[in-house]
Amino acid sequence: MSESAAHTAIEAVARNSYGRLIAFLAARSGDVAGAEDALGDAFVTALERWPADGIPQKPEAWLLHVARNRVIGAVRRNQVRLNSEQFLQQIPAEAKSVAVTEEHFPDERLKLLFVCAHPAIEVAARTPLMLQTVLGIDAARIASAFLVSPAAMGQRLVRAKNKIRDAAIQFCVPDPPEWNERLSFVLDAIYAAYTAGWESLMEGSSTLDAMAEDAITIGRTLVQLMPTEAEAHGLLALMLHCQARRAARYTSNGEFVPLDKQDNTRWSRPMIDEAENHLRLAAGFKRLGRYQLEAAIQSIHANRAVSGFIDWPEILLLYEGLVQFAPGIGSLVGRAVALAQTGKPAAGFAALEAIPASRIVSYQPYWAARGHLLQLLNRQEEAQQAFIRAAGLTEDLALREYLFKRSADDLCKEPTNKRKIHE
Amino acid sequence: MKYALLVHAPLENFSRPKDRADIAAGRAYGEALQAAGVFVGGAGLESPQSATTVSVRDGKRQVHDGPYAETKEFLAGFAIIDVPNLDAALEWAARNPAAGHLLVEVRPLVGSYFATGGNKPA
Repeated sequence: MSESAAHTAIEAVARNSYGRLIAFLAARSGDVAGAEDALGDAFVTALERWPADGIPQKPEAWLLHVARNRVIGAVRRNQVRLNSEQFLQQIPAEAKSVAVTEEHFPDERLKLLFVCAHPAIEVAARTPLMLQTVLGIDAARIASAFLVSPAAMGQRLVRAKNKIRDAAIQFCVPDPPEWNERLSFVLDAIYAAYTAGWESLMEGSSTLDAMAEDAITIGRTLVQLMPTEAEAHGLLALMLHCQARRAARYTSNGEFVPLDKQDNTRWSRPMIDEAENHLRLAAGFKRLGRYQLEAAIQSIHANRAVSGFIDWPEILLLYEGLVQFAPGIGSLVGRAVALAQTGKPAAGFAALEAIPASRIVSYQPYWAARGHLLQLLNRQEEAQQAFIRAAGLTEDLALREYLFKRSADDLCKEPTNKRKIHE
Repeated sequence: MKYALLVHAPLENFSRPKDRADIAAGRAYGEALQAAGVFVGGAGLESPQSATTVSVRDGKRQVHDGPYAETKEFLAGFAIIDVPNLDAALEWAARNPAAGHLLVEVRPLVGSYFATGGNKPA
């Protein structure tokens, strides 16, 4: 057995099974950090042993077997607080039976996802915790994606893991009536990972790009674990639709292209098909929700590739539904734009004006939408101000240039308009 | 909580003339800071070669031409902002057009009689 073959095997196990291994161990000990340490040790042992002994037949079971002693130790140290005598008895037997007999060990990732998005965990920690425990992404990379200092992100994660252990948060999938709310926390945390990777990102920003892919990976896992959950399909469809347009968001010169002007031949057809498939599956369960509505809106945009036009009245209808489910700033702005695109720019502008000032003060898409609507209303000077405000709020160089260009459109038009008035 | 957003730039950056896009981006950013009500103060700085340093040792004044220390990166500008927490400060730092090609350092202000906005701790 060559060293490099062993390393390749270890990397493959880490990539494919990390989350399952952590979930299995943590679900039994109630201690995520302890499970991470134990598994980390097991990987180190594998690095030492596999090159000499060969790759075990069931690598995951081998790793679990090695990790169990550390887990037992960790549980023992926290025994008084945890009162987990029962777990302690179970682990060796269970890990051994997995190692010796079972083909597959139980997949506890769903429980882990629900623990990560537990209401007792601070909101800002839920997504990072999910990315780290389910996918094994390191804290520094997560910190950059969320624009948080690596030290602070590390502390946030440690605090969350201590909370799980010390408060003995149960590793279980909740039942109704808790179910809906708890599931929405899980979905929101996954979507937050996606938007952190997608919003205002520039081409070549590999950390963020990879984060969006990671979110889709978790989304796919969730659908696999909950195949009859409409909103899980809806969320995955939404992320896939957005991801399908990655390549079309910028020209080859790096210029930003708004959605309705994108070259749809650069959209990923397989990803759109996959998204549409999940949206269809979701619709079959007849339980409408926020993510299905958002995905449906993206689906209509995607349909432009087939029909050649954007069905704005349909989009408006969907936004009307969406603001009932999730009256977030994004859906309120989206609804206002849809109103304007269906020939009611004044009503759209009134809808923008109705959003409380505190929510829009540093929200870039609001100011871009405001500029667009003011342009439609022929209020050029105000439109220019709004676009400049939007430009000042984005960190994406290409988007900033685009917004300046939009603001300058007005400058060119303005003198001619004025001249007309004077003449 | 007040934070200083400090833009660091290499020396050649100071001699390069600013193009119109840079100026527009800087102005838009400044306006966004003001409109959000978080801007306390700030400015861009002239080249470090225009700097003069002053010290008083044993009652004797010492004046030197040039910046305090020879380094590769120099302070090129700063903004002091008043925001609820570090997360918000980092968000504003990322929006700074300079973050796209230079470095923006975020430092909390300590309470001091020098602190902008009065003699209360920052």
